[in-house]
Amino acid sequence: MKHLAKARSVGLALLVLMVVILSACSSNNNNKPSETANSGGNASSSTEPAATDSGKKMPRVAFVYIGPPGDGGWTFEHDNGRKYMEEKLGIKADTVENVPESADAERVITELAQNHDVIFTTSFGYMDYTLNVAKKFPNVKFLHTAGYKTADNMGTYFGKNYEASYLTGIAAGKMTKSNVIGYVGAFPIPEVIYNINAFALGIQSVNPDAKVDVVWSNTWYDPTAERQAAISLLDKGADVLLAYQDSPATLQAAAERGALAGGNDSDMTRYAPEAYLTNPTWNWGPYYTQVVQSVIDGTWKSEQFSGDMKDGMVGLAPLGSSIPDDVKKLVEDAKAKILSGELDVFSGPITDASGASKLEAGKALSLEQVLEMNWFVKGVEGTIPQ
Amino acid sequence: MDVFVQIIVAAISSGTPLLFATLGGILIERSGIIQLGAEGLMLMGAVIACMTYLHTGNLALTLIAACAISAVLGVVHAFMCVTLRANQIVSGLALTLFGTGLSAYLGKSITGQPVAGAVPKVNLTWLEDVPVIGGIFSHLDILTWFSFILVIVLHLYIHRTSWGLHLRAIGDNPPTADVMGIRVQSFRYGYIIIGSMLIGLAGADLLLVYSPTWIEGMTAGRGWIAVALIIFARWNPIRALFCAYFFGALDTIGFRIQLIGSEVPSYFLKMIPYIVTILVLMFLGWRNRNKPSGSPESLGTPYIREQRF
Repeated sequence: MKHLAKARSVGLALLVLMVVILSACSSNNNNKPSETANSGGNASSSTEPAATDSGKKMPRVAFVYIGPPGDGGWTFEHDNGRKYMEEKLGIKADTVENVPESADAERVITELAQNHDVIFTTSFGYMDYTLNVAKKFPNVKFLHTAGYKTADNMGTYFGKNYEASYLTGIAAGKMTKSNVIGYVGAFPIPEVIYNINAFALGIQSVNPDAKVDVVWSNTWYDPTAERQAAISLLDKGADVLLAYQDSPATLQAAAERGALAGGNDSDMTRYAPEAYLTNPTWNWGPYYTQVVQSVIDGTWKSEQFSGDMKDGMVGLAPLGSSIPDDVKKLVEDAKAKILSGELDVFSGPITDASGASKLEAGKALSLEQVLEMNWFVKGVEGTIPQ
Repeated sequence: MDVFVQIIVAAISSGTPLLFATLGGILIERSGIIQLGAEGLMLMGAVIACMTYLHTGNLALTLIAACAISAVLGVVHAFMCVTLRANQIVSGLALTLFGTGLSAYLGKSITGQPVAGAVPKVNLTWLEDVPVIGGIFSHLDILTWFSFILVIVLHLYIHRTSWGLHLRAIGDNPPTADVMGIRVQSFRYGYIIIGSMLIGLAGADLLLVYSPTWIEGMTAGRGWIAVALIIFARWNPIRALFCAYFFGALDTIGFRIQLIGSEVPSYFLKMIPYIVTILVLMFLGWRNRNKPSGSPESLGTPYIREQRF
């Protein structure tokens, strides 16, 4: 048995070695603001305040991401916004990817707050963690995406992406032949629900017979689950899909079946040009630039910023190659009406899925009512857990 | 009937990676070595397959690369478990941790790049009109067909050939096998390497066919489900096929229940696979309570010549 014990200890030593290598690997790519987390960036230079020509101190900026910048959607666009801001202002920001919406987030944000001046936390689930850290670091400015809690040093920002969802609905309503349109939603929260409703209203503006079937994936980013959800919608007869998810999995699944689909957040044409419909997109760059500039100038104030199509924070991706010109024209016309303020997506009359009237003709929902929406409009089939 | 066929097709497509990993695990465990590294091996197979396919566009090379990397990790596992006689559970867990971390690191540069359409489909148009069978079998990809063949080959090999008898002997009673002139250590090395290659292939299949984009941790526990399936299938390839498809079906059933318009909250539907796992374990445990578990008798015990146990 002695021989065996010796062999075991050698094995254990090898194991320890592997674990050391492993932890060395993961500390390079996970949860730590290191050089590698910032593509092409240099952590040491960015944690030192850089001096500009005018002698003003440049703020040290950090971003917390829910997924990898390579997700092709949500985080990809935030990362593009970061690059835009870096180029405009000539500074380098730090990024931390794949930060879960859990107590880990608070740890990461706390770590960042110790040597940064402005921190963007780019997912809804970071709200309470951001607020907790903001209370502890009153001199650091926090900007949280899509939330509703603020503090003197914590603002929120988001955009009316439902305007673009409405336009996507117009294209979907025109393109469907089966009149069954599928929607893969991440979570049953107002942000997703009002986008589904705007999408359905857009569809009904051109095709009153079409129905929207909703499936919840209960994840922001899990391409295998998103794909299964998309396939179950296709099997039910849907020929146009839209996904409020961070990956292009729905579009890829639709392309394999010869259906049309759109994703979310980013122009996803490159994943399947033939099968691509369109979808709402984000353009965060100008906003990030403006925020960091106002911090440099000392004029920053906590606010709840809401961008829209008019100021460019929300956009619509170019329509796919198989969408005919007359549909494109229809979408363009509606877009012009939204830009001019002539068309309000949530204007009455609106009835909910059970047939009860939610809004009379001639009125429109206030932004607050939209942000608290927890009911489906008529023509949407799905369940919202209460 | 349509719904039934759709669920079977979805079950096969999500069950095939599980099937490959389970078959690999069965080969390894039949030789008497516990295999808990499936999650890590699948991830390494997937990330290497993705990198190779993006660089070369060659399917054969991609599959070879995925098998090769998992074979290398298999050699490490074999060295630890067979030569050094280290604890097999710890070695397997180390492989999982190692593979998860290293694949995430290697996959940085290729995250989000699509690899759709890599594996060609076998379109049997003459079969399309046959009810049920046509719907299921007319448009499967070549890796799925390969998995069918593999199940039959492995079943015959393990139960009907003298080589298979040797395999069962070294797993059940290595001293006897040794006396019979079977080189236990060499065969264990061989089966660990071949089994690991199949698990790597499972990762490649997951990436190329099922979810054609690399994402960190994309197996999402499928390696562990494969470990459980080895036990459900009681180390038998044919039973492995049905168990893998059963779990494949569970992956998709929650969404379909949502679409029927059920009022059950989607959060509960998401728990279905886990609840069913527990129920199946309880049922099998109860039904087989008086039978042998089917597990190789010296599973987990290192073999040392001339040492009593």
